[in-house]
Amino acid sequence: MLDRRCESVEQALEGIKDGMRIMVSGFGEAGRPNMLIKALIDSGVKDIELVSNNAGAGYEGLAMLFRHKMVRKLYCSFPRGSMGEDVKKWVLEGGLEIEVMPQGTLAERIRAAGCGIPAFYTPTAYGTKLAEGKETRMFDGVGHVMETALKADVALVKAHKADRWGNLTYLNLARNFSPLMAMAATTTIVEADEIVELGELEPNTIVTPGICVDRLVTSRRIAENEWGNAA
Amino acid sequence: MKPLTREAIAARLAQDISDGWHVNLGIGMPEQVANFLPEGRDILLHSENGILGMGPTPPEGQEDETLVNAGKKPITMLKGASIFDHALSFGLVRGGHLQLCVLGAYQVAENGDIANWSREDNDPIASVGGAMDLAVGAQRIWVMMQHNDKSGAPRLLESCTYPLTGVGCVKRIYTDLAVIDVTPEGFLVTEIVDGMTPEELQERSGAKLRFAEGVGRLHDFTAAA
Repeated sequence: MLDRRCESVEQALEGIKDGMRIMVSGFGEAGRPNMLIKALIDSGVKDIELVSNNAGAGYEGLAMLFRHKMVRKLYCSFPRGSMGEDVKKWVLEGGLEIEVMPQGTLAERIRAAGCGIPAFYTPTAYGTKLAEGKETRMFDGVGHVMETALKADVALVKAHKADRWGNLTYLNLARNFSPLMAMAATTTIVEADEIVELGELEPNTIVTPGICVDRLVTSRRIAENEWGNAA
Repeated sequence: MKPLTREAIAARLAQDISDGWHVNLGIGMPEQVANFLPEGRDILLHSENGILGMGPTPPEGQEDETLVNAGKKPITMLKGASIFDHALSFGLVRGGHLQLCVLGAYQVAENGDIANWSREDNDPIASVGGAMDLAVGAQRIWVMMQHNDKSGAPRLLESCTYPLTGVGCVKRIYTDLAVIDVTPEGFLVTEIVDGMTPEELQERSGAKLRFAEGVGRLHDFTAAA
């Protein structure tokens, strides 16, 4: 029987090791898998490479991964934010490396990884410093930059509804990076607001087919005081 | 001479958005254009995080964490809105589907280069977001900005001194003092604020300005909105 549901969030995260590359869905708070992030922090994993559009903010969620010094490298489009000055300090101290890229390039690199495309050409960033050192090529008289696929060992993804096969739907703008990341990792771990019976999800509304999902847990809201303290 | 307020620049720009256009308003100053869209036109606002048909800010207490714009501020959905993932959203951008993108800028050069994401070369947290994708992708890039920076230095230049966001992409600029087209021959002023002479505007600009025949007066449309 194909059943991707896990007994616990700890079981869902089994096998995550130091140094792995981990994608985390979400755009700000929308679509961010807080329960999985909290469990990742509790696991004490170190030196991870994080793929996420933002670095997080405040003293909760994604930001706590940095505040606990668990991240060695961040792939993102927007590291600035309310935690910006801290992030700057960590980079200058040498504990954190950041690769900033245009948001559409980040999305497409993840999409490409999930679709078996090793590289692509984009007009974005041509002639700017974010294209320095990269292969370029003209198409129809327009300059393009070659970008490579960005895959990961693990994706932590938030969904709205799921069934035990891992079929997923999303809610509003919480969709953002989730469908892309779900396809781009060796192991995709999903927290869903609700896990329903097979057949309850209308096939035409399923955004991510279950084939992309490895493990599934029901989401729980993480209260503000559960995040604990950190630098 | 009375320069336009930020609201009035937004209101002036909004007059030029046609019925049926799909438009991305950059984070910051351009967001205000949404408050001045002319009545009777179907204008669909796009946000990079995956929506066409973005509606206004919800009333206090009715915010929903799954309904935010690219600046992570709460929004609503218009009837007829559509939702899509990030790759499709930037596909719409890069693929030239949007009729217009309005960007803020630190500097614009006379060949249409724009610098709007970073003011130093070695900022470890320089954050580009979606600006470079928008700069290359939309059918038209219009810039909305103050004519001069806080120190009074010009933002219209022969070439940008800050790191570029996009090359040769800006088509028109709306400032508190003028409306300027970017042409193959450089900056062409089409409207100028009441009480300012072409010589005075030239003095506040860092590149040669040409003036259209019968250059118009820059109106404040905020009273009408």
